[in-house]
Amino acid sequence: MTESDPRQVAIRFTDVARHFGNVKAVDHVSLDIYDGEFFSLLGPSGSGKTTCLRMIAGFESPSSGSIQLYGEEVSKMPPYERDVNTVFQDYALFPHMNVQKNIAYGLMVKRVPRKERERRVGEILDMVQLTTLGKRKPSQLSGGQRQRVALARALVNHPRVLLLDEPLGALDLKLRQQMQIELKAIQQRVGITFIYVTHDQEEALTMSDRLAVFNHGKIEQVGTPAEVYERPATSFVASFVGVSNFVESDQAFKITGESKSFTLRPEKIRLATPDAATPGDCYGLNGTIRDVIYLGMYTRYLVDTEAGVDLTVVVQNLESTSSDVFAARKRPVKVLWQKAHNRAVEE
Amino acid sequence: MRSKPLAFLRNPFVQKTGRSPLFLKVATFAALLFLHFPIWIIVLYAFTTEERTFKFPPPGLTTEWFKVAYERQDFWDALTLSVKVAAASAGIALVLGTLCAAGVYRSKFFGKDVISLLVVLPIALPGIVTAIALRSAMRTIHIEYGFLTIVIGHATFCIVIVYNNVIARFRRTAHSQIEASMDLGASVFQTFRFVVLPHIASALLAGGMLAFALSFDEIVVTNFTAGDDQTTLPIWIYTQLFRPRDRPITNVAAVFVIAVTFIPILLAYRMTREAEH
Amino acid sequence: MSTDPTVPTTNPPLRSKSPIRLISNFLYRHSCLATGLLLLLPLLWLVVIYLGSLGAMLIQSFYTYNRFTGQVIEEFSWDAYKEAFTDPDLSPPNKDVIKRTVRMAVAVTIAAAILAFPLAYYMARYAGPKMKGALYLGVMLPLWSSYLVRVYAWKLILAKDGVMTWFLEKLGLMPVLDWLLDIEGIGGNSLSTSYIGVFLVFLYVWMPYMVLPINAALERVPKSLTEASSDLGARPWYTFLRVILPLSFPGVVAGSIFTFSLTLGDYIIPSVIGTSSYFLGALVFTQRGTVGNWPLAAVLTVVPVVIMMVYLSVAKKLGAFDAL
Repeated sequence: MTESDPRQVAIRFTDVARHFGNVKAVDHVSLDIYDGEFFSLLGPSGSGKTTCLRMIAGFESPSSGSIQLYGEEVSKMPPYERDVNTVFQDYALFPHMNVQKNIAYGLMVKRVPRKERERRVGEILDMVQLTTLGKRKPSQLSGGQRQRVALARALVNHPRVLLLDEPLGALDLKLRQQMQIELKAIQQRVGITFIYVTHDQEEALTMSDRLAVFNHGKIEQVGTPAEVYERPATSFVASFVGVSNFVESDQAFKITGESKSFTLRPEKIRLATPDAATPGDCYGLNGTIRDVIYLGMYTRYLVDTEAGVDLTVVVQNLESTSSDVFAARKRPVKVLWQKAHNRAVEE
Repeated sequence: MRSKPLAFLRNPFVQKTGRSPLFLKVATFAALLFLHFPIWIIVLYAFTTEERTFKFPPPGLTTEWFKVAYERQDFWDALTLSVKVAAASAGIALVLGTLCAAGVYRSKFFGKDVISLLVVLPIALPGIVTAIALRSAMRTIHIEYGFLTIVIGHATFCIVIVYNNVIARFRRTAHSQIEASMDLGASVFQTFRFVVLPHIASALLAGGMLAFALSFDEIVVTNFTAGDDQTTLPIWIYTQLFRPRDRPITNVAAVFVIAVTFIPILLAYRMTREAEH
Repeated sequence: MSTDPTVPTTNPPLRSKSPIRLISNFLYRHSCLATGLLLLLPLLWLVVIYLGSLGAMLIQSFYTYNRFTGQVIEEFSWDAYKEAFTDPDLSPPNKDVIKRTVRMAVAVTIAAAILAFPLAYYMARYAGPKMKGALYLGVMLPLWSSYLVRVYAWKLILAKDGVMTWFLEKLGLMPVLDWLLDIEGIGGNSLSTSYIGVFLVFLYVWMPYMVLPINAALERVPKSLTEASSDLGARPWYTFLRVILPLSFPGVVAGSIFTFSLTLGDYIIPSVIGTSSYFLGALVFTQRGTVGNWPLAAVLTVVPVVIMMVYLSVAKKLGAFDAL
């Protein structure tokens, strides 16, 4: 993010705003995305992430500010002149063309000779493992297959930047997780800059080299998944990326002696017997388990603490069974966590 | 629902089960019978041996009238004129209706409603209004009544048919298709040719054919915009209605017209259906 | 890596300076202008030809017709309007004709709604996909097929020794028909020369226009809504009156625009079937055609325009335009 960063900037947003009437969809955003990065725009719906993507693609133009693509100002350039391709949320496959024609479309309109067109389409079909389905119409494909065709149709053009607008949103969980791994592998193989829009924080954490968290048209934080998860810059980031306990300033005072609010990840908290000692580098609070949610791999406890704050605690089910954990309801406990895990945030 | 003594008072329109109530079935059947029975009667009368009256049931059946009608040159002239008029009107309506639909679909501002109303007005207002209005205008500028004036009139009220068909298709087309095309490097014109046109093709064809059928059948406006020597098929049939002696020929012509108009309607129907599935 | 299919080989240039591409860029950047260009031609046609014609008609309604010379004097006056509504010598009195026509249009509209509703309802709620297609076609075919021929069919049906008489005789219902024909105001010599006959034909010809909008409106009422209503304990009639009818009413109004307007302006049906008494359309036709009194014809045409304008504005308030 600093001026001296040696990597080449693929996309540069400088003070970009986009209004729809009175609605500020994107509110003065500045952002650098580097060449070859897998970069995610993460945020709830209506946070401006999709509008940003559409401005890179050229479907929207910024109300103010500038967008540069590899150093070239593109904010007024029509989409068909940008070396950028998009994988659409609804795939937007052309229903009247078969898979091959869909994929060849970009090459066809750019008048690539037929021979080369066929070769490239064949190769890309192999890469997305759809070699035998070239003659099918999109309506004859499954959701996962359509998704691959959409990806192939964009990649066959060798764009400098590939934009993906929640491309896995329509797939079921298993397929989505499989495609996440595959997409990441493809990105590493082709080395193209991927910009990935998603509202699924887990997806963003899994796949991205870096990500930007959007809220209300503004970027709340930019960083690697680890940075964003471990050091959320704002309470919004803390709550949106992963699950967080948010402790307000007056309750925080009772715990730390300082009236500075902080967030705390539930997996950092341990449950102990009420009479357990509190080590010096830890905070400890007595409380009662109010609710238990058994989630198979782990259990989520909701603990009423003496500080007046409810803390969510996540414990892996290493040895405990469901009957064990359910028996814990209403039981008095002590919650313990290392002081270092408190993350001060802006409110 | 347990059966109650006053069960017959239950609303026939709402039943808990998926089966339709008997009353509804009967009413549906009756309405359809009402709509189609007269058409069968027309077909039947084309074969009657009775020349003078409308006697039912026909005393005998014959195909002789088809031959007589076939030899009537005035019938063929009227038919030819009607086909020409309908083709020209449908052609103009196709261009204007499609442009209008594309414009309204793209337009983001409030003028939309006004334009939609303007397009519908020529058929939402009684035919006589359009007819008299056009005639008044043509009188005012002293234009000569003839083929051209008929076509102008027909095209005006046919625009809405094409417009409705095409805009419905536009609304069903995901906008992302157009974006995808441009994203892949296609210019505005390439996108129109390779993506938009194939999308709306069957709607265009359906709209065009329905416009053809509408124009082919029109009499109210035609009566006011045609010159004295322009006899379209509907005008021909209309004058035939007051010629009792020609009744058998009128009957045959009627069947012929029904058959001719059924074709574009069925084709248009098939095309819009296919596009929906 | 050199065999990797996605490593750029020969990417064609994305930019081009061809004139077509430049126009394309221009249109893309000025999308409002492009929309305007699309709308230009159709709007020009509709405004100049159609609205222009309506304007010309309005102007002519202010001209004066000289009965003795049979000429139209092109000067502004209210004479034609005065003549249309006050002249007692005019035969038949225009006000009566307007009343009669509006009454007929209302009767046809109501009857069409009653007849069309069950059909539309069955189509929307109970028919399977195939049945739905068949029913749709069953309505579309008569709607689009030759109007004149369908009117003619009724001449065959309603004639004195025609189909209707035969059926009624077989069913022993002739006394009922005679009784109906004897009623002052709607009866006549025979079915084909009575208001009942005219009404039947109007109903037949315009009814399909009622079915489709109602059906469209009903299709938009989610099935879960009626289920929710009965789930909440509503009686079927209550559900129908409070849920289905209000939600499908815009469709009825949309359909009524057609049945009402088409009946209002038709002069063919009353001339083929019916009594010798005038309907509005026929009156206009006569004034223009046989008499050549253009100003009066124009005035009499302004009447249905005004009626329809009122009707359309009410219909718009009732949400009928969304159901069109």
